[in-house]
Amino acid sequence: MKQTLTLTINGKSYSDEVEPRLLLIHYLREVAGLTGPHIGCETSICGACTVMLDGMAVKSCTMFAVQAEGRSVLTIEGLAQNGKLDPLQEAFWNEHALQCGFCTPGMIMTARQLLADNPSPSEQEIRHGLEGNLCRCTGYQHIVNAVKAVAKAGGA
Amino acid sequence: MISNAFSYHTPETLEEALAMLEDGGGKILAGGMSLIPLMKLRLASPESVVDLRRIPGLKAITEEGGAVRIGAMATHHEIEISPVIRGKCPLLGEAASAIGDIQVRNMGTIGGSVAHADPAADYPAALVALEARIRLRSANGERTVEASEFFVDAFTTAMEAGEIVVAIEVKEEEASEGFKYEKVAHPASGFPVVGVAVRVKKSGAGIAMARIGVTGMGPHAFRARNAEALLEGGAGAAAAAAVVGEGEETNSDLYASGEYRRHLARVHAGRAIAAALTRAL
Repeated sequence: MKQTLTLTINGKSYSDEVEPRLLLIHYLREVAGLTGPHIGCETSICGACTVMLDGMAVKSCTMFAVQAEGRSVLTIEGLAQNGKLDPLQEAFWNEHALQCGFCTPGMIMTARQLLADNPSPSEQEIRHGLEGNLCRCTGYQHIVNAVKAVAKAGGA
Repeated sequence: MISNAFSYHTPETLEEALAMLEDGGGKILAGGMSLIPLMKLRLASPESVVDLRRIPGLKAITEEGGAVRIGAMATHHEIEISPVIRGKCPLLGEAASAIGDIQVRNMGTIGGSVAHADPAADYPAALVALEARIRLRSANGERTVEASEFFVDAFTTAMEAGEIVVAIEVKEEEASEGFKYEKVAHPASGFPVVGVAVRVKKSGAGIAMARIGVTGMGPHAFRARNAEALLEGGAGAAAAAAVVGEGEETNSDLYASGEYRRHLARVHAGRAIAAALTRAL
């Protein structure tokens, strides 16, 4: 049976009738039309579906949309303001931190919490912080460099 | 849609939640890091899901009279960064930091983890080494169960139907104690193939107190009491580590046989004891 789901995504209010079994990633992509968060493994391993829920990185494939009732979701679409990329997006571009780009939206959301929790992380702390996001192209080095560059420039 | 259909409830009080579970068709949802994967595989198909997130007070981490009380809905991340945990039971914080990845630690809760009782969960090693108590609430009131008696078998606990984990209670670790949680993480899942939690208290050249908890090796976490007794009796770390897991049942899968797990438990118990001793004052 459907129920009403009301939440905020990227600062905008949404209200939809959804089945409780609808996963948050499917709600974001198929109902809200936000295809930035990707579906990779769909088993909470790869992190491509990572979004922020009340400021915390979560895997939206392992959460029912109804669990986000009354809460605030931030997806990759919510980062750039007035056509200006967010510092992490800018750094991923400058440092060549992506090749195919599939993992990037999730990687950036997790990096955002990493820098919020620890504004000047060591290389080891960056790698530990990004453990929940898999990248099959870059070998991670340039991703680590991008996060370092943002930290050095004063944060996300 | 991947899971079977269900009705979703967010009770505002424990009493309301208990009433919703009365008919037996409901499952409790805490962080969902175990239940949702099971539902997606349709290994679990509850008629109703009772989400505890709106019940006030279930997240609190507090300290009173030499004991720390961790609300069942406290997330692994809240536990790893809690000043109370860092100051009073750092072994638990170290185990919490070792769980999964940050996204999982942001959602997953200690109450959900203990109730699910995955034989390869990280917490149980620390909880048995800390002699923690699991506080349960049912329509009949509250009771507590010692951690070493709580984990009965794989995915099986001492909980009765209609009970909810409301808190975990841990006695403060003494400031002079040394502690260490060591794990061999499975390269794909991050779960411990084996995890060993150690606490030690020195007395002169000897060891006045030793507690060793092991997870992942067998169907449930256990205390290596034989090894603890050897350490307290003056044996060295190597001699004590060599008996960890003696007589205990082992789990076996494609990645690690039972004998290999027992071997890993001993190697990592040795390392954890050595590391804990260097931290003890």
